[in-house]
Amino acid sequence: MLHLTCPNCGQMVDETDLHAGGQAHITRHGAGASDADFEDYLFMRKNPKGVHFERWRHVYGCGKWFHAARCTTTLQVFGTYSAQTLTPPKPLITKIKKLRPEWEGFEK
Amino acid sequence: MSTRLPQGGRLIDRKSALEFNWNGTRLMGYAGDTLASALLANNQTLIGRSFKYHRPRGILASGPEEPNALVGLGQGASFEPNQRTTTTELFTDLSATSQNAWPSVHFDIMGFNRILSRVFPAGFYYKTFLFPRFAWKHLFEPVIRRAAGLGAAPKTPDADRYEYFYATVDMLIIGGGIAGLAAALRAGRAGARVLLLEQTAHWGGRAPVDGAEINGAAAQDWINTTLAELDGMPNVTLKNRTMGAGVYDHGWATGYERLTDHAPKAAGPRHRLWRIRAKRIISATGAVERPLSFAGNDIPGVMLASAVRDYLINYATSCGDRLVLATNNDDGYRTALAQHAAGLTVAAVIDARASAAGDLPQQVRALGIPVHTGRAIAAAKGNKYLKAVTICAQAGEGAVLETIPCDVLAMSGGWSPIVHLWSHCGGKLHWDATQAMFRPDPMRPPLGADGTGFVHVAGSANGHLDAASVLKDGFDIGTLATKEAGFKAGPALKDMATSTPEHPIEPIWQMPQGMGPKKQMKTFLDYQNDVKVSDVRLAAREGYESVEHTKRYTTLGMATDQGKLSNINGLAILADSLNAEIPDVGTTTFRPPYHPISMGSIAGDARGELFKPVRQSPIHNWIADNGGFFEPVADWRRPYCYQRTDESVSEAVTREILNTRKNIGLLDASTLGKIIVKGPDAGRFMDMMYTNMMSTLKVGKCRYGLMCTENGFLSDDGVVARLDSDTFLCHTTSGGSDRIHAWMEEWLQTEWWDWQVYTANVTEQYAQIAVVGPKARHLLEKLGGMDVSGENLPFMGFLDGEIGGIKARAFRISFSGELSYEIAVPASDGQAFWDMCIEAGAEFGLQPYGTECLHVMRAEKGFIMIGDETDGTVIPQDLGLSWAISKKKEDFLGKRAQLRPHMQDPDRWRLVGLRPVNDGEIIPDGAYAVDGTIRENGVKNMIGRVTSTYYSPTLGHGIAMGLVQNGPERMGEQIDFPTLDGKMIRATICDPVFYDPEGALQNV
Repeated sequence: MLHLTCPNCGQMVDETDLHAGGQAHITRHGAGASDADFEDYLFMRKNPKGVHFERWRHVYGCGKWFHAARCTTTLQVFGTYSAQTLTPPKPLITKIKKLRPEWEGFEK
Repeated sequence: MSTRLPQGGRLIDRKSALEFNWNGTRLMGYAGDTLASALLANNQTLIGRSFKYHRPRGILASGPEEPNALVGLGQGASFEPNQRTTTTELFTDLSATSQNAWPSVHFDIMGFNRILSRVFPAGFYYKTFLFPRFAWKHLFEPVIRRAAGLGAAPKTPDADRYEYFYATVDMLIIGGGIAGLAAALRAGRAGARVLLLEQTAHWGGRAPVDGAEINGAAAQDWINTTLAELDGMPNVTLKNRTMGAGVYDHGWATGYERLTDHAPKAAGPRHRLWRIRAKRIISATGAVERPLSFAGNDIPGVMLASAVRDYLINYATSCGDRLVLATNNDDGYRTALAQHAAGLTVAAVIDARASAAGDLPQQVRALGIPVHTGRAIAAAKGNKYLKAVTICAQAGEGAVLETIPCDVLAMSGGWSPIVHLWSHCGGKLHWDATQAMFRPDPMRPPLGADGTGFVHVAGSANGHLDAASVLKDGFDIGTLATKEAGFKAGPALKDMATSTPEHPIEPIWQMPQGMGPKKQMKTFLDYQNDVKVSDVRLAAREGYESVEHTKRYTTLGMATDQGKLSNINGLAILADSLNAEIPDVGTTTFRPPYHPISMGSIAGDARGELFKPVRQSPIHNWIADNGGFFEPVADWRRPYCYQRTDESVSEAVTREILNTRKNIGLLDASTLGKIIVKGPDAGRFMDMMYTNMMSTLKVGKCRYGLMCTENGFLSDDGVVARLDSDTFLCHTTSGGSDRIHAWMEEWLQTEWWDWQVYTANVTEQYAQIAVVGPKARHLLEKLGGMDVSGENLPFMGFLDGEIGGIKARAFRISFSGELSYEIAVPASDGQAFWDMCIEAGAEFGLQPYGTECLHVMRAEKGFIMIGDETDGTVIPQDLGLSWAISKKKEDFLGKRAQLRPHMQDPDRWRLVGLRPVNDGEIIPDGAYAVDGTIRENGVKNMIGRVTSTYYSPTLGHGIAMGLVQNGPERMGEQIDFPTLDGKMIRATICDPVFYDPEGALQNV
């Protein structure tokens, strides 16, 4: 059972207290978007073997959404951070690059 | 002949004799016995019948790896099938029965399956599927259903209580043998919070049985001292009778504590499921002895060598007067020594190795016991009881050299570390060819949240089989894990263990080495699933190369065995058949739990009322007391109707509808979701959430709104009221309050976090009571306090004030087509307001009504219901709700999606009314409309379906709503709905608003 730190309340939280929200940092394409942009926004998701950025909600706790950077194969957690950001924080990117030199870096 | 010896038995208390029931017979045992040892002490060697062939089976092992001796335990509400005799502690009046045998274990009708064993080969079930269909349905399935299965399911609800227990520790140590104790001592002295689990009632593991010494004295002395020290540490928790059941991601583990299995009359819960989070986990779970594979190795009387000496030393129980030992290693000789020390006979030792020159074999020879090396068991002889063994050369094909009469055959095929807990979460193994075992590979551990390994393995589980290395490994691993958990380990511990040195094992995978097909068919690899050497070889011949496929094809190592006994022997045979090396074949996946745990412990307290708490409206108890016929609506219970004693449910519904349309009906609408959206950007936010333009809604007014997903599909609906310029009150469906609140929060927190909007779910803060019907205004005027006239409170308006002295907000909204007010009052005043309405309404003919009345009335009006007219594939445009979709707004959730070609397709199924041509008929819910043509795939072409269907007492005929291809363009046409019983109901397509289409009645 995953164990993540909720950056909002600072607690280590069991997976059963969380709600998984899929890939993070998706750009919303609403009215007026091209077919390709809209398809990309609504349906296309990354499924990496390795470093992944995803959304979680501390649903049985503070109720806040946050983001987590995690390895999908080893389940190593690189960090959790606020959901109110468009890209992962720079220090986190640096940390992941150090731990996973082969990682191609964050791409939106 | 198995029996109790006059002296000895380190775990039994001879002063405390207990009586118990076995298959209806009273037997006697001692406190400290397991059911297995007590049965053996009473010469009960035939315990049950096997799973597939109903072969007679006895006790094979002395621990949780026991595959055969499974019994039904207890009676009535306490009955439990498949309980292991070896892990069941004896108590007074314990009642156990044999399984898989009828009429009795001694005379079992299904035993004829043995004769048919040639027609039940590997993959038998799969092969039966290939027969013609009728053969499976009429021949195989009925026979298999009756014959197969393990034990019988209990028939009554479980009478016992179960609970969860949570623990967060620095170190979880599983296994209370000397390795686990050593690790605990290390971590405990360092100050770490330690939880040490031992699955049995006793600490110390095998060391005391196998005669190990620590610091020059008996191992038991060190065990006692260590336990006393650990017990005195406030940071250490010791739990016996608690099994480490599973290891999961990020240091999570489960423990299974059996609190009252050994004392069923004691108070408190029966089992506890420990849910543990640990920084480091040490698996000190020991090893399990492997059977040897020879013909007849499942006959009662054939046992694991370690089990024979466990019964001798721990329980003073002889498994037989005359023992033959078959072994391929030195450790097995300890059993010959124990048998001899107990004054019993060892007829011979059959050692498959070319030579046996170690200290233990020499000790055995010195006692005058014949030791035959290079020899094998050709076959065990007997049926329900072992009578003799025949001996042959290990190298040959099994030509019999000699027959030795005996009543117990102790076999030792070497030891397999119990790597289950290491493997549960991804720890990898490597093959140790010298010791012929899979060991944990410390370079490939299961990884935790920080990317480092969080499980260590110590002692025999780590591949150390002699006491000296086991104790040292316990200290070493304990030190390592202590440091990793962030503690200083302190000075090294100097305790030393000694045991008799052993010569190496020689792997023996079948006996004799060249056994032919006949012997293979009598040589069992997996006792529990009745898998034989011949089955695995057949699977290999039929092309099963992957061990995972072979497992499923043959059922090897499935179910509760989880590879404990069968794994390595089966893998070795498979490897040999495939001409591959054992490590190349690999192991199957070890899955939690290590050993079966009760379903009750998994459920814990979550049963009955606590399974899922019910949400109750403030009027709930009144409804229950007044004939409310409850139905679940999301987490709520709402009354379907209020049934009077002299009427049926459908009569009640009809009465409620007619009365509401004629007089007044009272509905508890408190379950509707109520969400406050507030802030300077609230209007902007509402415009995104709803398809309608909500920002233009005037203060004091209500508007019916729709919410869609980003995929364009209708998700929820409800009336929005604008409380002030910054504040909206959003009503959601009863089932939608939490979901819609979460939906709003998701957008606010993750997309528009710079918008100044705050939301609050106030669903439970208000009771909401609908006063509905032509006389509704009379009632509210009688209660007084608010001018509810049409001029002061027009349709789709609301007013704050007081009604009958209770603070109230009255909404002029209608879901029935009648003059209707929904009155929201503080939840605490809900019952008072309801009582007031019931009392004052009597003179107007007021009656409460339930959800079915609500449904019929809304269907008569053509109002949609989320979940009836919608199913996640329906857009508002399908439902004739285009009027509620703003064309002026730049964007809203779902707008872009609704512009996709498929959403604009004129051929989409769209909402219409459906009136059965025959007034007496009602179209079944969910029925499909057909046009008489057949699709390419042979099914009838469907052109629509029914979404809501009722008998309308108001109109006197059946009414329905449905989605029909080009429906709105086909008004007046008739379409056909086939029913399940082969009939056809014809209906006319019409306007979905059946009642008062002008809306005159609700707007007065």
